[in-house]
Parts: sequence; structure tokens; C-alpha cells
Amino acid sequence: MEEHSKPHISIKAEKIFHLFGFDITNSFFLSLIVFLIFTIGAFIYYYQSKSKNKGSFYYFINFIVKSLYDLFYSVLKEETDYFFPLLASFFLFILFQNWFGLLPGVGSLLIKVKEHGELIAVPLLRANTADLNTTLALAIISVFLSQVFAIKYLGFKGYVNKFYRLKDPMSFFIGTLEIISEFSKMISFAFRLFGNVFAGEVLLVIIAFLLPVLASFPFLMLEIFVGFIQALVFTMLTTVFISVAIAKHH
Amino acid sequence: MTTEAAKFFATALTIAVGAIAPAIGIGMIGSKAVEALGRNPEAESAIRTTMILAIAFAEAVAIYALVVALIIKFV
Repeated sequence: MEEHSKPHISIKAEKIFHLFGFDITNSFFLSLIVFLIFTIGAFIYYYQSKSKNKGSFYYFINFIVKSLYDLFYSVLKEETDYFFPLLASFFLFILFQNWFGLLPGVGSLLIKVKEHGELIAVPLLRANTADLNTTLALAIISVFLSQVFAIKYLGFKGYVNKFYRLKDPMSFFIGTLEIISEFSKMISFAFRLFGNVFAGEVLLVIIAFLLPVLASFPFLMLEIFVGFIQALVFTMLTTVFISVAIAKHH
Repeated sequence: MTTEAAKFFATALTIAVGAIAPAIGIGMIGSKAVEALGRNPEAESAIRTTMILAIAFAEAVAIYALVVALIIKFV
């Protein structure tokens, strides 16, 4: 009884079942659901764009994609077309993962799992971005791709020249700092997203624990806003880093 | 002081001290944004977007402190 009176908070995702030797965690399970819904939505959009009579769904998605395009255009200008698929999928993926973590049932539906020989109750679903593995993966993709694009746009020599220049001995010191800052970008990306979403989850759990009726509603609204802002911040930072990486050095 | 008590102090102090600097930062961002808005009311949407982005960065520092506090508390 003592155990159940405390709110359940776990900083890492928990295993819910095994599949072919892999541990399926609760955050991965929710991300699969989101992924399926996302894919179905994309296919509906694709088929409606081919057909003659388009539904309101098509125009709604079109409106969102157009606003995103205008946002990226303000930073990347004529290079937008090339980077748009990557950046828009970053934004929509993080946004959906954040918002699905706020649905009722996520974190409150429990299942019994056997761990170290005893049965414990763990949540069936957990927001995917409240798992450090996901945010770290997204951060590595973002920073690694900005290096790849820099090499593609500037050539390998131009890319190395961004850090080290033979004419300028001072650059051997500054270049090393620049390389370290690339790694610190990864860490700050990962912790910013994870921290915001996980802190929101903890906040909602604690408020619901202190005052079960209605009190968590304004915080839920706040978390919807924070989920949107964090998706926007992640995407805009990636956009800015890419636009800096592909800019020619003067 | 027992280990348990030290843990509670560490948790509280981490978030208390860690929230000071971001709070000052967010206040400065907000005041400057309002100032800019007063001088240039037609640039409202651009100012708002930039302000929210800047606040998100300042807030991230507080979030790091919060994550550390949560790790001390729950791990």
C-alpha cells in the first residue's frame, strides 16, 4: 500500500515485453503507434493530392506545410527546397511525439511486468521524447547531417578550412574549440528536448497527485504549448546550424 | 548530516540556484522585447517569434538544473 501512494516517476523508459531478443520499451511502443498514424496520414495526403476532389484534410495539411516552408525560407532562402524534407520531418516528428505523450492514458495505463523474478506495474505508454535515447539520436542525426551538408557544399578542403587554416596559426587553437562546440551542440540538443518534455511529464504527475480534479488542466495547456515550442526550437536551431555550415567562409 | 538529508539539500539547492540566472535572463529578454515593441509596433510578429525562441534558450538552462535535480532525487 505504501508503494502505491507515491506517484510513479521513472527517469528512463521501462521494458514492457521482449520481441526476438529485443527489449521493447514503453516509449518505443508509443513511438510505433505515432509512426503508424503519421504514415497513414502521409498516404491519405498523397492520394488526395492525386485525386480530383480534394478533402479539407488535404488543404489543412497543405496550409501547415506551406507555413513551415515560409518559416525555413526566411533562414535558408533559395536552398530551402533541398533541406525542406529533412527539416519538416524533424518538426512534425518531434511535435507528434510531444503531443501524443500528453494524451490521457499515457503514463497512467499500467501493465504487470516480471523483473528480477517479481511482478511490478509499469506504464504501458510513455512519451517518446521523454526518453533520452530518442532525443540523443535526433541530436546526433541533426549535428552529423550538418557536417555532411558542409562537406557537400564546400568540398572536403573547404570543410577542413572552416576549422584549421595554414595561414592562420591562431586557428589551430580556435578550430579545436569549434570542434568541441560541435559535440556540445549534440548534448545541448538532447538535454533541452528531453528535459523539457520529461519535466512537463513530472509536473503533470505531481499536480494530478496533489489535486486530482481539474487542477492539471492549465498545466496541460502549458505542456501543449511547450511541446510545440520545443519542436520549433529544435527545428529552427538545426536550420540555423545548417545555414551556417553551408555558408562560404570569407 | 545523513546521506538522505544531504540528498534533499542537494536537490533543493540545485534547482533553486539553477533557476536564478535563467529567471534574470528571461526578464531581460521580456523587457527588451516590450521596449522594441514600443518603438516598432508593426514588427510585432517578428519580435514575438524571436522573443519566444530566446526565452526557450534561457529556459533550457533552468531545465538542465531541473534534470540534474530529478536525477539526484530519483536515481
